[in-house]
Amino acid sequence: MDILIQNLLNGLQWGSFYALIALGYTLVYGVLLLINFAHGDIFMVGAYIAFFVATAFLGFMDFAPWMVLALTVPLTMILTAGVGVTIERIAYRPLRRKGAHRLYVVITALMCGLILENGNLALLGASRKKFPELLDKVVYTFGNVSVTNLKIIVIFAAIAVFLLLQFIVTKTKIGMAMRGISYDKFAIPLMGIPIDNVIVFTFVLGSGMAGLAGLLFAMSYPILEPYMGALIGWKAFIAAVVGGIGDIRGAFIGGFLLGFIEVGVVALFPSTFRDLFAFSILLVILWIKPTGIFGVAKTTKI
Amino acid sequence: MQKYSFNIGIWAMAAIVVALSQFGALDLYIQSVIMFIGINIILSSSLNVVNGYMGEFSCGHAGFMCIGAYVSSVLSVMFFAQDKIFGAPILPPDLAPLGFPIIVIIAGLVSAVAGLIVAIPSFKTRGDYLAIITIAANYMVISAIENMDVIGGPRGFMGMKRVLNAMEDVVDIPWMMIWVILGTLGSVWMIRRFVSSTYGKGIMSICQDEVAAEIMSVNTNKMKMAAFMLSSGLAGVAGALFAHVLGYVNPQSFNIMKSTECMVMVYLGGMGSLGGSIISAIFFTLMLEMLRFIIPAIDTGLHFLHLLPDSYHLSQVWKWVIIPLTLILLMQFRPEGIMGNKELPDLFPRLKKFYKFK
Repeated sequence: MDILIQNLLNGLQWGSFYALIALGYTLVYGVLLLINFAHGDIFMVGAYIAFFVATAFLGFMDFAPWMVLALTVPLTMILTAGVGVTIERIAYRPLRRKGAHRLYVVITALMCGLILENGNLALLGASRKKFPELLDKVVYTFGNVSVTNLKIIVIFAAIAVFLLLQFIVTKTKIGMAMRGISYDKFAIPLMGIPIDNVIVFTFVLGSGMAGLAGLLFAMSYPILEPYMGALIGWKAFIAAVVGGIGDIRGAFIGGFLLGFIEVGVVALFPSTFRDLFAFSILLVILWIKPTGIFGVAKTTKI
Repeated sequence: MQKYSFNIGIWAMAAIVVALSQFGALDLYIQSVIMFIGINIILSSSLNVVNGYMGEFSCGHAGFMCIGAYVSSVLSVMFFAQDKIFGAPILPPDLAPLGFPIIVIIAGLVSAVAGLIVAIPSFKTRGDYLAIITIAANYMVISAIENMDVIGGPRGFMGMKRVLNAMEDVVDIPWMMIWVILGTLGSVWMIRRFVSSTYGKGIMSICQDEVAAEIMSVNTNKMKMAAFMLSSGLAGVAGALFAHVLGYVNPQSFNIMKSTECMVMVYLGGMGSLGGSIISAIFFTLMLEMLRFIIPAIDTGLHFLHLLPDSYHLSQVWKWVIIPLTLILLMQFRPEGIMGNKELPDLFPRLKKFYKFK
């Protein structure tokens, strides 16, 4: 029983990272119908930005660690959002203006991801970075179950971000504009909605979440390397699709589902089987529900 | 005679390349580059069947390549070489030149059957959901092979060089070059025949509008199955050749990066253009190899001009920054790829005089 609860908590933490990244995928996809494959690498860039910001504050300013954390969170999110918006402006917008085929935009996104990964590797070298400790580790134990304060923060951050995004998309004006763009891209500019600003806002939201995920990930697993974003990014994308891409609830549920599956497989089988089992289960889910858990089947008019 | 000049030219070129590598005019490095060009042509043109002609988005091509590579390696080592795991060769090694093409074909068939993992879900799913299934299939194949300790698991598998040596003991000619050229020409010929047949028309109609195609009595499920199986089968052939050219396979060399390379070649060449695939595969491979020499040259130049600090040297990693940048720029200025949706004779109609196509 204790082992079960412990694994549930681990799955929640692992799923939180997937959910945070999958939310970014889903937002961009929901508005643009574009699979932003650079998103996993934006997460990696977020972790590195957090590293540099935190070490700068600790080194030059001599702040207390909790103050550094309070300053690092917003700064990381803002700077990472800047990276995401830059990619959108340089790479995606001209293609969108030209009306290029969707898949060419996807390939461009893949290439942007490769540039981020390998540019990082080329500039900073292959040596791994050690993230500084910003939180004093507090371990709460209930019986045989132990929870660190960081784990609780991660889980709550994921839930808070999900609620915030749900609120923005369903209750605010700009969220209505987003839903409008995904519904009909051609009628929306005629209604006087600045389509480019809405898309930039979407990228700001998605990349900001990726930056937050990068910071939390770096605090939980304090070793940074340039390729850390690739695998997590692909898996989070798969989680988003299993939930039903373009749906915020779907991304959230899908991320946690993938986290639970992976932690469960590692708990029961040798850890080398993780990918095999996780992807087989996801394939079965997609066989049963071809458009994901929350996805709505698109009807084609004839 | 004029009608056949294209075919004669191709075979003459192949014969010249083989002869040059036989008499040592090409060093081993250039030979391996030519072989990799051939393998990349197979990969890009076979992925073009699904991604270009059928308009689906498959991004797990390297998974099938992995299956082909492993099946062929295990079979050839088992049959024609002395090995620690499989013991003595089952057949006499003198038969290796005859057995090798059969093994490559078997690897292709096994990969084609593995293509059913993707083909069967594609009846119901479409678009991005299918993309996920292909990525998942790629991961599953790599993960499954990493968990097989008999064939080395994550450490990889070697011993194919001994099979090559067995072939060269029979007749001393550049066998691998011959097999790669034959495989490349055969694959391109097969795809060309396939897409210009009734089947190919059916596949292109799925790309245009699946519902309309279904109504016009195209059996879409059958077409999808054929396209996926042909694509993955040829990927398996490419993998088999790749394994024997390198002499060593490792599951991680067939990960998503390799799939990304295949996709880049397809979209660089243009969707639904076989000529584009071939041109882009040649261009891409040559660019990869040229940068090996260009980057150190740039490095010394920049240090000579004192633009870089002395402690920092440009490494080969910059290759993977320059290539994506080139591609992004190409996409900005020519979003449909090098050839777009056309073949070479569409652009230069006079070429039609030089080849006969039935």
